[in-house]
Amino acid sequence: MTTLANNPPLNMPLGRAIGAVVLALVAGFALLGPVLVPGDPFAQSLMKSLAGPDAGAPFGYDHLGRSLWHRLAHALRLSPAIALAAVATAGAAGLVLGTLAAARGGWVERVLVILADALMALPGLLLVLIVLAIMPGTALGFWAGLSLVLWVEFFRLTRAATRATLASPAVQASRLLGFRAAYVFRTHLWPEIAPLMLTAAAFGTATAIMGIAALGFVSVGMRAPTPELGLMMVELLPYWREAPMALLTPVLATFTLLLGLTLLAGGQKQ
Amino acid sequence: MNMLISRLIQAATVALLVGAATFAMMRSLPGDAAWRIAAGRYGYDNVNTAAADAVREELGLGGHWFPAFVQWMGDLLRFDFGVSLVSGQPVIAEIGHQLGASLWLALAAIGLSLLIGPPLGILAGLRPGGWLDRGLLVVSTGVKAIPQFLMALILILILSVQFGWLPAAGYGAGRHFILPALALALGLAAVNARIARDAMASIAAMPFYQFAQWKGLSRRQVLWRHGLRNVSVPLLTYLGLQFVMLVEGVVVIESIVGWPGIGHALVHAVFARDVPMVQGTALMLGLGFVLVNALIDLAVTRIDPRGAR
Repeated sequence: MTTLANNPPLNMPLGRAIGAVVLALVAGFALLGPVLVPGDPFAQSLMKSLAGPDAGAPFGYDHLGRSLWHRLAHALRLSPAIALAAVATAGAAGLVLGTLAAARGGWVERVLVILADALMALPGLLLVLIVLAIMPGTALGFWAGLSLVLWVEFFRLTRAATRATLASPAVQASRLLGFRAAYVFRTHLWPEIAPLMLTAAAFGTATAIMGIAALGFVSVGMRAPTPELGLMMVELLPYWREAPMALLTPVLATFTLLLGLTLLAGGQKQ
Repeated sequence: MNMLISRLIQAATVALLVGAATFAMMRSLPGDAAWRIAAGRYGYDNVNTAAADAVREELGLGGHWFPAFVQWMGDLLRFDFGVSLVSGQPVIAEIGHQLGASLWLALAAIGLSLLIGPPLGILAGLRPGGWLDRGLLVVSTGVKAIPQFLMALILILILSVQFGWLPAAGYGAGRHFILPALALALGLAAVNARIARDAMASIAAMPFYQFAQWKGLSRRQVLWRHGLRNVSVPLLTYLGLQFVMLVEGVVVIESIVGWPGIGHALVHAVFARDVPMVQGTALMLGLGFVLVNALIDLAVTRIDPRGAR
């Protein structure tokens, strides 16, 4: 019922291509920005508090006179790195457990489904908050908490896709011919699952980045002086009238990053 | 019946997970948990070793973790959440108070999102590929890429700081509702609108819908009699999923606008390591989701009795 009508309004591959280009630009800035303009994201210079751009800081300075260019570049490395690590872990776990559930069935599947359903019922941010409180070290806690939240989506997708494929004549023929599970997975299951995984991974990364920024914004995530998108926004918020551009830099960076991921995911939730 | 059992299992697993997570949280608290709880119960001035030992004995904090965990889960199953380590009030009473404030905000947000999203989505779905459809795709993609806390920030800067139309924070009067509810509703509406659009487009392309038009009903009549009921099924199903997204937004937005709800309380409880409060709140949110989903399943079966699910 949620399938697109005969002619989709916009060319979906076009949206994906735009998303990929946007993400490449963001990644390029995060990795090459500090190389192009050498500087330190932590160096303060109170004389330059909220000053406009100059050669050493092309985006101007924040309230403590730190270069926004360098803080932004570091923030755009930190959240995506945590998000990608969490998505990789969650994706691997979801893939393995989902295939296991579909292939084994029985009580293994039932227990995994109950666990996944229960985790679905809990708001993700809540789980991340609890794990952050249990695990010391914020980046590690974020990684663990986000992985715990994100694997469910991969698990559900893998299980649904795998079950249908495992029952197909092709897989049965493969098995009758004596091919091993690894071969069946590589030739029959993976090509079926891979596109779903890419979409889920893009959404998962966006969710993770939003979560990190949201918790940073309410001051329960990363701690100052770590450059983090949400934290930068809340730090610069009091100065929005004196230096609106300073507040806008992390806001626009977050929006661009999330927009790129949303477009890459294909514009709609499955 | 089958559905009821699976929902009950889900609810029980939620309770078990929350119990285990908060138990681990309790054990990992820095400092002596017994002293902190005793302080919470009897006041910081009245704590002594005897009181702390009594608490340690009662909660089994000193010994092996397993008997303590069993007792912890036993308390949880009897809905005994204990007292808040911060305020000393019973957790149940505090949550009852906050839940009301959050529920009103959530309802306002859902209502507002349903006023914005589905009508636009249905109009777009009636003419797939039209200018409204294309525009809606662009706008909803953009809005979805704005985290809810950022939406709140933008609305605060525009509506309250720049124009002074609405209070930036606070609770009580009806006008306090508008800003946080709108911040939540816009994100929900972006998803709502897409679902309504896709459902409408696929229904409008179906033979029964076209037959209704051939037999001479006006466009409006066809939409009322044959369209809306079918569009409402996927919308309702998604409403259940959106509920989690909504609660996540509530957790953050309540903190920003100072709304005395469950999200605000949760963030503060985690900050203060007020484990009983975290536990009670987490359990309420998890069970609330299970309940909402069960109700939505029931509603969907009533609207669409073909019993596909």
